[in-house]
Amino acid sequence: MTAVHAGRPPAATPTSWTARLRERLSHVVPPGQALPDRQPAYMSSWIYVFGVLTLAALVVVVASGVLLTLGGVTWWHVSSLGRFVNSLHLWSVELFFAFMVIHLWGKFWMAAWRGNRALTWMTGVVAFVGSIGTAFTGYLSQSNFASQWISTQAKDGLNSVGVGAFFNVLNPAQMLLWHVVLLPLVLGVIVVLHVVLVRRHGIVPPIDADEEEVAP
Amino acid sequence: MTTSTEPRRVTRTGRRSTPDSHGFAARPYDLVKEFVVALIVVTLLTVGLAAAFSSPDEKAITMRDWANAAPNDVVATAAGELAGTTTSAGFGPPYNTAADGASLGPLTLQKWAGVTIPLDSAQDLVLTPLGGVTDNSTLTDALATWQSADADQRTQWATDYSDALAQAPDGDPSAVATGDYGPVPVITASFLTFAQTGGLEGALTSSGNFYGGDQTRSLLLLADGAYLEDQARARNLGGDQWGMMNETGNYPGQPWMWLYTFWYQVPPFSTSENADALVWGLMMLLTLGLVLVPFIPGLRSIPRWVPVHRLIWRDYYRDHPRR
Repeated sequence: MTAVHAGRPPAATPTSWTARLRERLSHVVPPGQALPDRQPAYMSSWIYVFGVLTLAALVVVVASGVLLTLGGVTWWHVSSLGRFVNSLHLWSVELFFAFMVIHLWGKFWMAAWRGNRALTWMTGVVAFVGSIGTAFTGYLSQSNFASQWISTQAKDGLNSVGVGAFFNVLNPAQMLLWHVVLLPLVLGVIVVLHVVLVRRHGIVPPIDADEEEVAP
Repeated sequence: MTTSTEPRRVTRTGRRSTPDSHGFAARPYDLVKEFVVALIVVTLLTVGLAAAFSSPDEKAITMRDWANAAPNDVVATAAGELAGTTTSAGFGPPYNTAADGASLGPLTLQKWAGVTIPLDSAQDLVLTPLGGVTDNSTLTDALATWQSADADQRTQWATDYSDALAQAPDGDPSAVATGDYGPVPVITASFLTFAQTGGLEGALTSSGNFYGGDQTRSLLLLADGAYLEDQARARNLGGDQWGMMNETGNYPGQPWMWLYTFWYQVPPFSTSENADALVWGLMMLLTLGLVLVPFIPGLRSIPRWVPVHRLIWRDYYRDHPRR
């Protein structure tokens, strides 16, 4: 694109695939809904806080995990600072799961999949299951007694359905990479998709609610 | 904000369809502010919990720890590996073809996945590590005798010795009844000494590989013994103690795995030899069900029948009584 063309209104029907992609992405979330300063008035319950709390806890989980990687695998066993960073990671994970489970139950009782929100629910459940897998590989990466016990127990279940042939829980180097790269990447994409869907469709109205007459 | 003027939509079942959330009255609400406040609260909570409770870190059991704490268990495990009677020796895929493994009805997923991590328990866990010991002529002779014997003879020696160990008080090798065990007592005694000196660990994990990042062999060997499970049970981590869900020490562990570990506590899973496959099959089914809740008749209607939603949206329902 040249400087002359910049700022020109887009054509009515994009002709190239890049233009079509831009056009499509620009319509993913309605204008003003990505980070809104207004919400439907029926949003008046503490249950709504837990989705955002889950997201905030995930940020702390990732940040403490990144800090933990700075010192290497054995750092936290031999350094009080490393131990504290590991403690931050552990407790942020505990909070993350606590918030996420409350959020999930809340959305279940709200039947939050109504109104074309099934994919929002489904990505949320997949994020929950993916988080369990990520936390599990974290336990396997600790290189302590818990890792020894959990790995030797988990191998039986995983091998019984053939998963262990490709996902070797007795190989901590493999599990560490799953924990710090593969699963966070996949989980990150799912979480982004989930949040975009939430913003795209807005929060689900109360069960059996009618649209209201609203003054413009 | 738009004003809806469309008539209320009704589904085929007569139930009102869900209106667009943008058609409702709105109020000021700063999502960015909410997230920043949440991030600060969670960060402070995390720092507080970490400072107050720290985190568990029980040291890993080394082969030397095991050999010094439970020497008889190490000898019995080594004899079991030679006899082919340990868990790893008879496991089946992905380690060997000694068994077909678990199955889900007609689905033999374990067998179908194949042997992707080949392991000969006797050779890889006992004989190969000992093959690196060069200053022990008695052991060298014993290994040569073992290698020159046929498979049936080896199995006979090792099985007889394993049985004799099981009969001896506390499994004490020095109290074993006299018998023809071939080179097995020398091999297992040398294995114990090798473990006590700290040489076994490296021989298992980094044999032929400078960077020993794969602990498959040492973990299989450790799990074949009784010591690891004894230590785990002492920390309430046994399979019938809700297992992997727990954490060493007084920590919350992984409570989100409660449903998975729950099934192992109740029949028929708690009494089935095929429990791992059954529990995994059930959990995959339940997970699929959870993902597909919006499409499962009955299940998706539970929130309508149990009026928890009237608590969540109590302000709305107070202002808008059901018509």
